[in-house]
Amino acid sequence: MAKFILNGKPVAADVDGETPLLWVIRDELDMTGTKFGCGIGTCGACTVHVGGRATRSCVTPISAVEGASITTIEGLSETGAHPLQISWQKHQVPQCGYCQSGQIMQAAALLKDIPQPTDAEIDAVMSGNLCRCMTYVRIREAIHEAADSMKEASHVKIA
Amino acid sequence: MSRLPNKNKDSGMTRRGFLIAMTAVGVSFGFPRTSWSAMDPATEGGALLPDNGSLYEPSLWYSIDAKGKIKVNIIRAEMGQHVGTSIARILADELEANWDDVEIVHVDSNKKWGLMVTGGSWSVSQSWSVYRQAGAAGRTALLEAAAKKWAVPVGKCHASNGKVICGNKEISYGDLIAAGVNRQFTEAELKALPLKPNDDLKLVGKQVTSLDISNKTTGKTVFGIDAKIDGMVYAAPILPPTRYGSTVTAMDDSAAKAVKGYQQTLVLEDPSQTVPGWLVVIADSYYAAHKAAALVKVSWQAGAAANVSEVDIINHGRELLKDSSKGAILDTGDVNTEPVFSQAASTIEYEYLTSTVLHAQMEPLNALVFQNEDGIWEIHSGCQWQSLTTSVLAAALGVAEDNILIRAYMLGGGFGRRLNGDYTVPAALVSKALGGKPVKLVFTRAQDLQFDSPRSASVQQLKMAFNADKTVIAMEHHATAGWPTEVMIPVFMPKGVNGQSFDPFSIAGADHWYSVGAQKVRAVSNDLANASFRPGWLRSVGPGWTNWALESFMDEAAHHAGKDPLAFRLALLTAQGRNAGSGPIASGGAARQAAVLQKAAEMIGWGTALPEGSGMGIASTFGQERDMPTWVAVAAQVRVDKSTGLVHVEKLQVVVDAGIIVDPNGAQAQCQGAALWGLSMALYEGTELVNGKFKDSNFDSYTPLRIGQTPAINVEFIVSPYAPSGLGEPAVTPVAPAIANAIYQAIGVRLRKIPMTANDVKAALTKA
Repeated sequence: MAKFILNGKPVAADVDGETPLLWVIRDELDMTGTKFGCGIGTCGACTVHVGGRATRSCVTPISAVEGASITTIEGLSETGAHPLQISWQKHQVPQCGYCQSGQIMQAAALLKDIPQPTDAEIDAVMSGNLCRCMTYVRIREAIHEAADSMKEASHVKIA
Repeated sequence: MSRLPNKNKDSGMTRRGFLIAMTAVGVSFGFPRTSWSAMDPATEGGALLPDNGSLYEPSLWYSIDAKGKIKVNIIRAEMGQHVGTSIARILADELEANWDDVEIVHVDSNKKWGLMVTGGSWSVSQSWSVYRQAGAAGRTALLEAAAKKWAVPVGKCHASNGKVICGNKEISYGDLIAAGVNRQFTEAELKALPLKPNDDLKLVGKQVTSLDISNKTTGKTVFGIDAKIDGMVYAAPILPPTRYGSTVTAMDDSAAKAVKGYQQTLVLEDPSQTVPGWLVVIADSYYAAHKAAALVKVSWQAGAAANVSEVDIINHGRELLKDSSKGAILDTGDVNTEPVFSQAASTIEYEYLTSTVLHAQMEPLNALVFQNEDGIWEIHSGCQWQSLTTSVLAAALGVAEDNILIRAYMLGGGFGRRLNGDYTVPAALVSKALGGKPVKLVFTRAQDLQFDSPRSASVQQLKMAFNADKTVIAMEHHATAGWPTEVMIPVFMPKGVNGQSFDPFSIAGADHWYSVGAQKVRAVSNDLANASFRPGWLRSVGPGWTNWALESFMDEAAHHAGKDPLAFRLALLTAQGRNAGSGPIASGGAARQAAVLQKAAEMIGWGTALPEGSGMGIASTFGQERDMPTWVAVAAQVRVDKSTGLVHVEKLQVVVDAGIIVDPNGAQAQCQGAALWGLSMALYEGTELVNGKFKDSNFDSYTPLRIGQTPAINVEFIVSPYAPSGLGEPAVTPVAPAIANAIYQAIGVRLRKIPMTANDVKAALTKA
């Protein structure tokens, strides 16, 4: 029995230890926002946070995350109002939308590490996330906007 | 030329008169409770669609309930183009609806919807006049109902923002519906309905947030791969060594039995011959099914394609083109080029190649199939061409088409892959073998790519004749590739002037708008390609590769004539004769192509000197089809590193004239994506057939454009009074030749094959 914390709640699943985290989340725990794209960690559609770090869930065996705290797109914000989700909506980033959960989770990890990324930093960190609709221009714009709004929000708090 | 025959006639979108009647609240979709409906996530915030008492259904295409909520039925697949929003905007504008009251519904494959296909960039263009008439009919009926209620002349009333106003009285649409509205329009009455002048449109052309966006940022959108139903089993396919003609000679699943959750392995019997030589492993979970599948030992007698590779396809194409009796000659006016060529002062001839291109849509192919309580086979899967897929499923299952229903889901990318619904067949066969039990079959990425219906490799040979002062006097364009339409739906092939049938989606684009004198365009089916894999329609179809050759060749022709490539093209875009254009969409003709080209050249600063190793290139096209032209021009700026052969695209300037733009933000997104798709195919994408299989099996070696390779891109639209054409594909088409032309300007070498790899650049430099 695999046990871990999913979006703040303890969960358990009766699966083989080698089962990829992706399929446990999607098929056993019915959280389908995280997507299957390549199965070898090259497209980023399956990106979740494990202990706050962006992780490709399709190549992460469930045994490797025993007891860990895992966040999926469904848990990024209780209300769907993470600054990235807001900027993604404002810039109308998604086209087919299939890769966007992974894009947003990767971008959220990026902004934790680099709160005000340059275009070059965005390109470097986001290059592992493929978007077949090629929404890249808007992804860049939306990350910048979310970074700015998070900066403003933190200034407000300090004040 | 290349319109699908009857594509309007069969769609139910004809003007057969219009019925307005009260109907019961529809349980229109009848989704089983245990499965997840795809309709709900199409609405803002994922709300359930309302069930609010009496419904007013002015047409099959939309309904209004007693609260004034308007549901617009969308028969087009949503795969990133926000098509539902665009169509609903057209309707709501004419209906004078309040946009906040509008919801969209992606319907199932019920016969009443007629031909269901989403492709060709047709959706908005075809919907334009139909949905405007449908909206005008609803508005008229509501106006009449209000006028009658207050006993005033209908001419004293007007509609606005979901209300009818007559003098100082006003009433909402919802209240009118609650009181009952019945009205029937004859065909003649419908045609006579006044449409709003384009200048009075309030929603069309204005900014809007597409209705499908919000859920795509929270993970709530339900794609085909997310479909789930109680009691379903998971299935993993095992693919044979060739697309056709393989038969299973032995199977041993003893090792698979050790996998927890393994159930059994089936050798499929497929009367439709869609998946010959396939096996499917059944288990309790995706992971168990695929793990077990890897342990099943299978021997096959392979099909003939086991000895066919990319070079064989190309060489066979060259042989076909050598034989002038092969293929169809398109109607391009004067096709008698031979006498002109024989008397020309000079001629040029070049050959252009394109590699096999994979769809590689992000959502791997999948389907969930079961037989419901009414005996109907339910297919839960994203699909672009329900009508075609239903007929294949009927053959596979041995039932009538009426017994098959395809449920609508969001598509994790279509790009033409999901026009061909072959991927639903194995799940259907397994479900049938299990007595109708729900079966969920998900392909691995490697299987998805191996089973792709790719854009076929192509060979094109172009010739131009000049007189003594280097004026163009004749042109020929000969093209061969695998033909998707011949393989999958041959009745959709029109005939050329020589009586031969051709696949319009494997030649369109070559029948260009340049006035070149006598012009011959010949399309030849590559039968070896057709037999070795299943050619498919891929975003931008024929024009995505015919224009690669044409617009590279026009640059070569300009250089031969000693003219500037921009001036050379403009001089041929005279908009005379058949190139003047006619009808609501195509009027203006070649003059509109000249305008976008000129604008793109201005935007890039055409003629400005660039540093050593950098260059600019231009190209322009009419998008997809002569009777639905979208005029597109691209100007590209590149920098080439001669030591590595790497091409850096620094800038893409894109100019589009698609007539009236319904959804400006969506249009911008589609053109950005399409142009980058064009860039991806120009430099980074391309596989090859190796002994019957595609060489690449995942994104480690098949490498579409990534964010770090994305240049600055600017898309401008021409303000245009013409009826809308399409936007999903056209901006793909001029990008590759613009880049090739820029590379030529930068380093003086001409590349005639895509993708243009670093090795190709280095090899060409060595030769030069």
